[in-house]
Amino acid sequence: MTTTLGAAELAAVRADFPLLTRTVRGGRPLVYLDSGATSQKPEVVLDAEQDFYTQRNAAVHRGAHQLAEEATEAFENARAQVARFVGADEDEIVWTSNATAAINLVAYAMSNATAGRGGAAARRFALAPGDEIVVTELEHHANLVPWQELAARTGATLRWLGVTDDGRIDLSGLADVVSERTRVLAFTHASNVTGAITDVAPLVARAREVGALTVLDACQSVPHLPVDLHALGVDFAAFSGHKMLGPTGVGALYGRRELLEAMPPVTTGGSMVEVVTMESTTYAPPPRRFEAGTQMVSQAVAMGAAATYLGELGMDAVAAHEAELTVALLDAVSSVPGVRIIGPTTPEHRLAAVSFVVDGVHAHDVGQVLDDAGVAVRVGHHCAQPLHRRFGVAATARASAAVYTTVEEIAVFREALAGVRTFFGLED
Amino acid sequence: MSTGMEQLYQQLILDHAKHPAHRGEQEAYDVEVHHVNPTCGDEVTLRVRVDGGSIAELTWTGQGCSISQASASVMAQAVTGRPVTEAMDLSGEFRELMDSRGELPAAWESRADDEDDPLGDAVAFVGVARYPARIKCALLGWSAMKDAVSQAAGTEETR
Repeated sequence: MTTTLGAAELAAVRADFPLLTRTVRGGRPLVYLDSGATSQKPEVVLDAEQDFYTQRNAAVHRGAHQLAEEATEAFENARAQVARFVGADEDEIVWTSNATAAINLVAYAMSNATAGRGGAAARRFALAPGDEIVVTELEHHANLVPWQELAARTGATLRWLGVTDDGRIDLSGLADVVSERTRVLAFTHASNVTGAITDVAPLVARAREVGALTVLDACQSVPHLPVDLHALGVDFAAFSGHKMLGPTGVGALYGRRELLEAMPPVTTGGSMVEVVTMESTTYAPPPRRFEAGTQMVSQAVAMGAAATYLGELGMDAVAAHEAELTVALLDAVSSVPGVRIIGPTTPEHRLAAVSFVVDGVHAHDVGQVLDDAGVAVRVGHHCAQPLHRRFGVAATARASAAVYTTVEEIAVFREALAGVRTFFGLED
Repeated sequence: MSTGMEQLYQQLILDHAKHPAHRGEQEAYDVEVHHVNPTCGDEVTLRVRVDGGSIAELTWTGQGCSISQASASVMAQAVTGRPVTEAMDLSGEFRELMDSRGELPAAWESRADDEDDPLGDAVAFVGVARYPARIKCALLGWSAMKDAVSQAAGTEETR
């Protein structure tokens, strides 16, 4: 039995986040329920970035001076911190500018392999007409559009798994949609809209059966759940720093070692090479093969600090606390007449991110009324237009929590939500 | 509710959102345009018929927040029957209102009371200008109108 964060621990966590103490809209306490879009940052993360620039700033992986050594150590130590946090080995973590860039990196590496780059070892990534790429209707645009583009460039066909009425990946079509022709199966670990947590095992099992590569969008899972990528058995995974209490401008691609070793580079230039002549170039081993040019060193260091912060809280405790928030959020939204949840209405296998529609009131107007009470939610299609189309709505409002969220805040949100339809003159 | 909210959602805006003017799909039209607001998914489809340099008929359909729907309604009322050049001027004036940061520009002060002023109802949108994220909602219908009308006027000249 995992223990959740106690009241004192939660208060201590909140005290770590300077922004949470500010007020909005004429002095109202901020109720930040938009962590699914981006999380707030604890002081240790801000300090890590500041400390890097005030104490260690230098170019990494070059230079013989002490600062260069210390900067390189901080940079690589951050990689180890992030790797440990997600159950990966250090050399399986590639820094990217964000999670979208991580997914695009895999898609463009496959393009390059299709064009014959990377030699015989990279042939396993080459696509041809007749090959299929499978995604799901639940995906964020970041895990859909790069695959549409890869299909268009290579002549492969894009197929997808549907979504159930409660907002989960529909696995009933798995054996049919994922076939011997499937070369890539890309899917989200947890939906940024419905909050549904994917049962990864059957998807990985089916992909292995047919020899397809798996690409996991772990943006929403890594900040909120214990994630062990080796145990999940996926081939690639992408996640961002800014959603897991880290800074913007940095994300990570996880790739199984043997795959990264066989994969051709995408962005080329300095820092990712071995021997360069005027005619040709040999490339560094991963992860550096995929890290051309000056890296986002201070952000990487701060992302490492974020991983360590969460790791020290304990992701079991974080998940247990957020499970309580899930129950509170679902109760809050279901208790208001005229409000419908898009996604699972019960807390099992579900994140504390709840999207909903208010009958007769557009999501934008819902968000505005909540904002007036100091409650920050996301409104719109949350970069998932096909999913909204699947549910016949143009936009939803989404309340999403993080480790620093309290049930008291959710009560403020509930109160404000209850006033929305009244404000627009609609009866219950 | 705060004063800001009361100014944002003035009764006139809520009324227009509930009972939008010129909402529909006219059969005879020169140009149809479809404009979307990609950040929130709001959309408007607008048809226009230009005759003798004036907007003879304009109708629209769409989905979106109360601000975008009310603004399209006020826009349609304001420009229908007016010369194209005048409609473009009105659009520019509305844009100025949106850039006012919520302080009613001096030139707008008497407009609400002037029954003949095509932008009389548009004064209600001054509160929107206080919320930067909502300005694009209020401009959606206007930008569709400008696009459609300039295309239709161009076609008419070459006819």
